[in-house]
Amino acid sequence: MLTIKDLHASVEDKEILKGINLEVKPGEVHAIMGPNGSGKSTLSSVIAGKEEYEMTDGLIALEGEDISELAPEERAHKGIFLSFQYPVEIPGVSVTNFMKTAINESRKAKGLEEMPANEMLKLIREKSELLEIDRKFLSRSLNEGFSGGEKKRNEIFQMAMLEPKLAILDETDSGLDIDALRIVANGVNKLRSKDNAVIVITHYQRLLDYIVPDFVHVLYNGKIVKSGGKELAYELEEKGYDWVKAQN
Amino acid sequence: MDLKEKLLSSFMAFEERVDNVDSDLHNMRTESIKNFENKGFPTKKEEAWKYTSLNSVLKNDFSVFPKSDSALHYADVKKYFLHDIDTYKLVFIDGVFSSYLSSTTHDGVDVCLMSSALTKPKYKEIIDTYFNKIANTEESLTSLNTAFAVEGAFINIPNNKVADKPIEIMYLSTGNEAALMVQPRNLVIVGRNAQVQIIERHQSLNSNPVLTNSVTEIYAHERAMADYYKIQNDVPTANLIDNTYIKQEKDSIASVHTFSFGGNITRNNLNFSQNGEHIESILKGITIITDKQHVDHYTQVRHIEPNCTSHQNYKGIYNEKSTGVFNGKIYVEKEAQKTDAFQQNNNILLSDKATINAKPQLEIFADDVKCSHGCTIGQLDESAMFYMQSRGIPKKEAKALLMYAFSDEVIDSIKIPQLKHRITKLIASKLGVNIGFNL
Repeated sequence: MLTIKDLHASVEDKEILKGINLEVKPGEVHAIMGPNGSGKSTLSSVIAGKEEYEMTDGLIALEGEDISELAPEERAHKGIFLSFQYPVEIPGVSVTNFMKTAINESRKAKGLEEMPANEMLKLIREKSELLEIDRKFLSRSLNEGFSGGEKKRNEIFQMAMLEPKLAILDETDSGLDIDALRIVANGVNKLRSKDNAVIVITHYQRLLDYIVPDFVHVLYNGKIVKSGGKELAYELEEKGYDWVKAQN
Repeated sequence: MDLKEKLLSSFMAFEERVDNVDSDLHNMRTESIKNFENKGFPTKKEEAWKYTSLNSVLKNDFSVFPKSDSALHYADVKKYFLHDIDTYKLVFIDGVFSSYLSSTTHDGVDVCLMSSALTKPKYKEIIDTYFNKIANTEESLTSLNTAFAVEGAFINIPNNKVADKPIEIMYLSTGNEAALMVQPRNLVIVGRNAQVQIIERHQSLNSNPVLTNSVTEIYAHERAMADYYKIQNDVPTANLIDNTYIKQEKDSIASVHTFSFGGNITRNNLNFSQNGEHIESILKGITIITDKQHVDHYTQVRHIEPNCTSHQNYKGIYNEKSTGVFNGKIYVEKEAQKTDAFQQNNNILLSDKATINAKPQLEIFADDVKCSHGCTIGQLDESAMFYMQSRGIPKKEAKALLMYAFSDEVIDSIKIPQLKHRITKLIASKLGVNIGFNL
């Protein structure tokens, strides 16, 4: 599904990613762990197409198609979704209208008609129940005044609405209490299928108790320095990132 | 001959033409033309006109007496009206009333012509009481308008009456003249407990230069409610100087919404005077302009008595080489304790060459008041753009959605649903997108 080869990326001429290789197949969950400043968030932003990050070398392909020249919205239309570590507050745009616009723009890009209003409402109802989201919440301005937990739940709600092929969850566990974490993780698990894939970017092993990865990769200094199964996450938790740093 | 000379030398001929024996009006006009003769057109040397120059406009050879044989078909101008609801209509073509396109009434409320109000004996008392009583007689352009005031809207809503539908005042310019100057004069009287909603629009139908120097006086008596909406979406050769004066009595609510989306030079002089307690004044505006367009909002709110509020909220989005001015003055007189005056002006510059000059001014002589003003100038939030794009919303639409959201506070307070819908569509077209913004 996702192929990343020898990916180099810089921001303001400072190289952050120094040759990443990653292969994610449909149905898989990959966890990317690493200490602060290792390049985790840069990797997610580069995959999603953030313009401030310059890809200087390598390849990012989705289902065999090179997407590295595409705009963020085009990548979204092809099925990439990024759950933000810090979701942006957009006063004046309600959650519902934002989702309507996002879904209809995506349909437009695929040559489809706009989704009929009743179908849209049904979808919104169904997906908000999945994330245990109060209906009143949906008419509020996007992320404005939301608690940390509400913001993250709203991110996964958007993921549920957009049904991406590849979802990247960037530090989705940060700022969540245990109940919110469970709701968010349950939501993600219910959305998993043999046809889609998830990349979980996290600092701690905690989230991986709920969203169990098939593979764990350790990112350090812009490179993947270690890969393994889910037990690698426990090993990291136990030994700390100094263990990785010492080896590199 | 420059425009000032032309106007001065036309004045005598004009007075003969208007066929008006009322000596009060004659004296008023004579005083007014003298004041204009002394002061002339304002220049950038005057503090109030520091950021707006009329020089380029005044170079045109405007004809000051329009021909009166212009006729239009409703089908050709329908799009400028709120055609999906029933309204009273006062339509003027090149400054001349069009009875064919208008829909007036004298049934309970008067929605008719200034020219008949100025000449018919039954309106004499009203004219004596209200005409040119709150317009600033010292102000040069207002004086110029008064000197030539002959036509416009006359709206009189008696005590305890509610105008049963909105009133549209439409000034159309056909371009029959190579360049035309028009000076509409509107008078709106809203009696005790009375209510009215008015929409005013100036529209040129081709690209011949137009200069409109308009004066509107609005009186809102006790507990009256007056909502006034100005749609300024004219062609790039049209210039508008709008002078609006509003006097409110106790417990009244008056609002003016100004939507400035077009034209060449647009100047909005908006003056509120509060003459009683518990008055609410609302001044809101959205400006979305591009190219070399120029919009100048000059607001003045005078708090005279205690326990009143004024609420100003102006949003501006400036692209290309456009320039905006927001100059907002709030006076709180010594007696006006417990005044709650709020002024906000937010601007987005979409290009490096766009300019905004923002100047809030507060003069407070009372000691127990709540006055605040805030002004922001910024660009679109890049992180919000990326967030929206990552959800599949293309850049242009994301931009439009952000700008729409930015204006939403003002749109939200439009009380006529069809007008709100119309403004929303106008904004979408100004932003070059086709998305439903029902946020």
